[in-house]
Amino acid sequence: MSTTFWIILAGAVTTYFTRVGGHLVISRFDTIHPRVEAGLNAVPAAVLTTLVAPELLHAGPAEWAALIVTVLVSLRGGLMAMFLAGAAMLILARQFVG
Amino acid sequence: MTAEAISEGRTGGDFWDGVRLSMPVVVASAPFAILFGALAVDNGFSVLEAFLMSALIFGGASQMVGIELFGQHVAPWLVVLSIFAVNFRHVLYSAGLGRRIAHWPVLQQALGYFIMTDPQYAVAEARAQSGQPVGFAWYLGLGLPVYVFWVIESGLGAVFGRLIPDTHALGIDFLLPIYFLGLVLGFRKRPLWLPVVLASAIASIIAYGTVGSPWHVSIGAIAGVLLAMILPPHHSGVGKRP
Repeated sequence: MSTTFWIILAGAVTTYFTRVGGHLVISRFDTIHPRVEAGLNAVPAAVLTTLVAPELLHAGPAEWAALIVTVLVSLRGGLMAMFLAGAAMLILARQFVG
Repeated sequence: MTAEAISEGRTGGDFWDGVRLSMPVVVASAPFAILFGALAVDNGFSVLEAFLMSALIFGGASQMVGIELFGQHVAPWLVVLSIFAVNFRHVLYSAGLGRRIAHWPVLQQALGYFIMTDPQYAVAEARAQSGQPVGFAWYLGLGLPVYVFWVIESGLGAVFGRLIPDTHALGIDFLLPIYFLGLVLGFRKRPLWLPVVLASAIASIIAYGTVGSPWHVSIGAIAGVLLAMILPPHHSGVGKRP
């Protein structure tokens, strides 16, 4: 077996561990403290924000336009509408401002 | 018989409801799957290895980091550790998702965690929040197309990678941030949403500039979660939820 194969296998095992690990730890407790529950409720917004925020550091006019359109569409539309509007704005703006 | 047929029909309906929701994810991740395949071969992976990595790890960002480090001939254990670090945010998702799918049979749960990605978790969490059950059929409908397309497109990227035209003009590098911003905005009715988003944004930007990627993800996430835990419970709305 090649080194690459072992890297892939070990990466797969550790990744699966992150995917079940949180559940295995939390499920050991019978009751969840309200503060822990408040923390868990904050997880989606907290994690997903970190995948977007650093992008703002090197966002140019085209990227900002796309993000602003995404926010505006979110006031009325669903996820698919948001995504398509943001992507369309990005592709359009990049034809002009690279 | 009738009841059985109805319940079966409902399960099928749930599955296709999930499939419909998976489509933006399939579209947004397609360029990355193809790009991953192309970069993997470029960094010394065989087509089979690129395909295997997508099939077994199924985590886009971590796969990109993995092949990048591999191409730089970093020690194998460090490549594995970096994949683990990029994927560490799943621990938080896993703790949250467990509350929604604990009633499934164990094997279904084991499979459910295997296909859990950022959008998979976020869409399932949004469904649970709207008061609808997170059933196995619906969850599988949401996740299976993403997985199947991801693996196939990785293989295609590995085989045909050099044929991609100008990826910048097509906006491919910025599609995922747009999609993730859409997901963040989808949670804006949650208690403490704005303070959590601000805390995570600021912390992740600072960490990105100091500690560096990929640690900014875990550090930023922990900042937002800690803030929600520290603020008095009556702000977080726990116990008032339907």
